[in-house]
Amino acid sequence: MHILHLISILFLLSGFFFFFAATIGLLRFPDFFCRLHATGKGDTLAVLLSLIGLSIYEGFSLTSLKIMFIAVFMFLAQPTSTHAISRAAMRCHLEPWTKKNGEKE
Amino acid sequence: MSNFLLYLGMGLFTLVFLCLYRGVFGPGVLNRIAAISAIGTKTLVILLIMGFIYNRVDMFIDISMVYALLNFIGTITAAKYLEKGGEI
Repeated sequence: MHILHLISILFLLSGFFFFFAATIGLLRFPDFFCRLHATGKGDTLAVLLSLIGLSIYEGFSLTSLKIMFIAVFMFLAQPTSTHAISRAAMRCHLEPWTKKNGEKE
Repeated sequence: MSNFLLYLGMGLFTLVFLCLYRGVFGPGVLNRIAAISAIGTKTLVILLIMGFIYNRVDMFIDISMVYALLNFIGTITAAKYLEKGGEI
């Protein structure tokens, strides 16, 4: 097997690991802000690693240039959308989770 | 390598179904929006992997790009709609 394929498999597996961690965080965390903390950062890094792995597998061409363009766009767009949705939650007076609130429920 | 991409796509598909639990049962609108955004991010990678499996990356890459733009615009629009405050 080619050495570049091994590098791309490594990138793709680490991307899958971060996707898995973000999903577990989305399912298991107790509050909306905690869930956003998991998906906002985990998904950004996972998409970046997966797209880098796929573009290494493709080789140097117009397609891999487009894949890197998607990676740059996601790196800008994902934190922006996370910030917007968390600010909307603050405007809606959503109470952040504390230990006292958690015991009450 | 093609087998590896197939198994990776199947794993991502499972993760999409796990995220869908939060999208269906999540309390409130905001949890659902966060879950849909996460699902859209995973779908982008699944589309690219499908392109590599079918050997038609040059076609699937444009679909994936449009999907990324639509996911971003949808989340921003929902956030703008909820920004006035009030009950959720």
